[in-house]
Amino acid sequence: MDPLRRSPSPCSSSRPSSPRTPPCEMFGRVGIEAVLDQMKIKAMKMGFEFNIMVVGQSGLGKSTMMNTLFKSKVWKTTLPGSVVPIPQTLQLHSVTHVIEEKGVKLKLTVTDTPGFGDQINNDRCWDPILGYINEQYERYLQEELLITRQRHIPDTRVHCCVYFVPPTGHCLRPLDIECLQRLCRTVNVVPVIARADSLTIEEREAFRRRIQQNMRAHCIDVYPQKCFDEDINDKILNSKIRDRIPFAVVGADREHLVDGRCVLGRKTKWGIIEVENMAHCEFPLLRDLLIRSHLQDLKDVTHNVHYENYRVIRLNESHLLPRGPGWVNLAPASPGQLTTPGPSKTCRRAREDPEDGF
Amino acid sequence: GAAAEGRPVNEELRNLSLSGHVGFDSLPDQLVNKSTSQGFCFNILCVGETGIGKSTLMDTLFNTKFESDPATHNEPGVRLKARSYELQESNVRLKLTIVDTVGFGDQINKDDSYKPIVEYIDAQFEAYLQEELKIKRSLFNYHDTRIHACLYFIAPTGHSLKSLDLVTMKKLDSKVNIIPIIAKADTIAKNELHKFKSKIMSELVSNGVQIYQFPTDEETVAEINATMSVHLPFAVVGSTEEVKVGNKMAKARQYPWGVVQVENENHCDFVKLREMLIRVNMEDLREQTHTHHYELYRRCKLEEMGFKDTDPDSKPFSLQETYEAKRNEFLGELQKKEEEMRQMFVMRVKEKEAELKEAEKELHEKFDLLKRTHQEEKKKVEDKKKELEEEVNSFQKKKAAAQLLQSQAQQSGAQQTKKDKDKKK
Repeated sequence: MDPLRRSPSPCSSSRPSSPRTPPCEMFGRVGIEAVLDQMKIKAMKMGFEFNIMVVGQSGLGKSTMMNTLFKSKVWKTTLPGSVVPIPQTLQLHSVTHVIEEKGVKLKLTVTDTPGFGDQINNDRCWDPILGYINEQYERYLQEELLITRQRHIPDTRVHCCVYFVPPTGHCLRPLDIECLQRLCRTVNVVPVIARADSLTIEEREAFRRRIQQNMRAHCIDVYPQKCFDEDINDKILNSKIRDRIPFAVVGADREHLVDGRCVLGRKTKWGIIEVENMAHCEFPLLRDLLIRSHLQDLKDVTHNVHYENYRVIRLNESHLLPRGPGWVNLAPASPGQLTTPGPSKTCRRAREDPEDGF
Repeated sequence: GAAAEGRPVNEELRNLSLSGHVGFDSLPDQLVNKSTSQGFCFNILCVGETGIGKSTLMDTLFNTKFESDPATHNEPGVRLKARSYELQESNVRLKLTIVDTVGFGDQINKDDSYKPIVEYIDAQFEAYLQEELKIKRSLFNYHDTRIHACLYFIAPTGHSLKSLDLVTMKKLDSKVNIIPIIAKADTIAKNELHKFKSKIMSELVSNGVQIYQFPTDEETVAEINATMSVHLPFAVVGSTEEVKVGNKMAKARQYPWGVVQVENENHCDFVKLREMLIRVNMEDLREQTHTHHYELYRRCKLEEMGFKDTDPDSKPFSLQETYEAKRNEFLGELQKKEEEMRQMFVMRVKEKEAELKEAEKELHEKFDLLKRTHQEEKKKVEDKKKELEEEVNSFQKKKAAAQLLQSQAQQSGAQQTKKDKDKKK
């Protein structure tokens, strides 16, 4: 086999064809792998951004969960007994922090949705949420379309939306279903069973299975979406995760002494619920997914899929005739248009995946 | 209903202290893992005269043998030849494209020599821009062909830059990262080399040629980049032949008077070039191409097309109006073309119809002719038939008459014989 088969050389002004050649053999080290370190250094210098949104009714422990996830006082948590008025309308509230770990700087923005699902009539309570998410896409799009662009466009797009399902133990409520359906089309959604310490292990499992059934029945495609699995390794890893979603989580930002160890947990009369103990709750799974293994992937899916979908809609908006590539019309968006559910995601890879389970 | 508070309230940037290990220190690894699975693109443009050693240097840099057919000196103009290869080192997959300027410096009139090079570089930017402007685009798996580094091969005359070099580099410096190198540096004596380098650098400066600056803002690479910059332009020697030096085999060129070792820093700057181009700054070269050169091209191109970023309030509108106008223009052209095509179609149909009618008429005429001919022939045959019948008839009559005569003759003959018999008795 000739290892030097090369792609045909094109004429001067066209692009060289994408290499489908077999690899070239190198005799001795060139030093190409140094590019990985170069990338890391640059990335660390630039810093990272991550924007997370928590959606759920009051009292489900959203703020506490954020504090637990990021091991810091992201939010001031509301103590039980203190009088905090429930907002009459849904107001989104964002806070940004810079956290650093081993030289890696992360600009974290957490958006809370106080008042969600708390009214008597919760009709269209998802509108402000979708509006906020789409507004961040719009901001990015406007920056991207400038003639003179910034070197690094600040990314305020929501990379992950953690949806808190109340621990009823039955199944998803109509509000949850409506909301999840809409959210999943616009943003990466990770549903969790909140305050899972009120359910036994068996109840959790049954609840989880029912929720999974509900989601399948209503075509709610949560993160990690099956159609974005790139290869067999991804599939295996992500299938395990998909099997356990929604994670049954408990949040805590207080430390207690258990067996001589200092652990984060909730102290109750009947015991201490250790947050980071897999036997007690699935918080470690959530933390690993969101932070330790899939953070970059969450950002990539947001950028390559959700943002691109938004962009396609925006650029096509006032077109009545079919367009070829390159033609863009940027009529300013009217307020009503952007909160309607968008089209289903286009899969990153064109592979058809006939099998449903794995 | 719920009213919307679209803007995040209370945004402050605070540094939070963490009370334990969260785990996002794995982010650089997460980021890099994505890239390794996709592979990297790196595209090098080699500008230099025929025979100056471009191919050999590429072979030496990447420790492989890329191709073997050398160019002739008879090229009528400058032609760019791009070839792509896949290289793999541990878990890094590199899609390397090497673009060669075939025929550079060979013509008598070299006025336009730089043009195909500029056109090629622009064409790659244009392709990326087109993809970026598409409505349904896929940038994340786009095969990037934009030139990340331009190695400019300076002939080892020992004196100064040729005017072709200055002109070409000046045309390229705003479009690509130029790294000037002195080729076949083993033909220059060491003392002359230093003077040659200084002369070249001062000429570049005095002519305002912007070559690629090795970045010194990042502390991990600042020192090595600063040290290496001093040796520009790198005096390189390329070789894929191995010669025994001491007790090891080394890449070298063997002369009767000695051996020039490629990787010996006392002999030439090859190692420095490899360090700078690949091991230290490959990512920076890619980044500069994307965030600086490409953005400049994009800005110029869009301004050329009539777009403007005016004041913040009317930003979308000026873009919109211009796009609207372009769209109408485009539609108008489309309609015109459609009309033209329709006209042509109608005309063609008419022509075809006329042709068909002609053909039909001819056919009818032919048919009539044939019919007439047939009738004439038929009549002829009938006439002949009649003649024949008459002949037959008259023959029959004659035959009948002859028979009658014959029978009469027989009868009279018989009577005579009887009479004779009677007489004898």
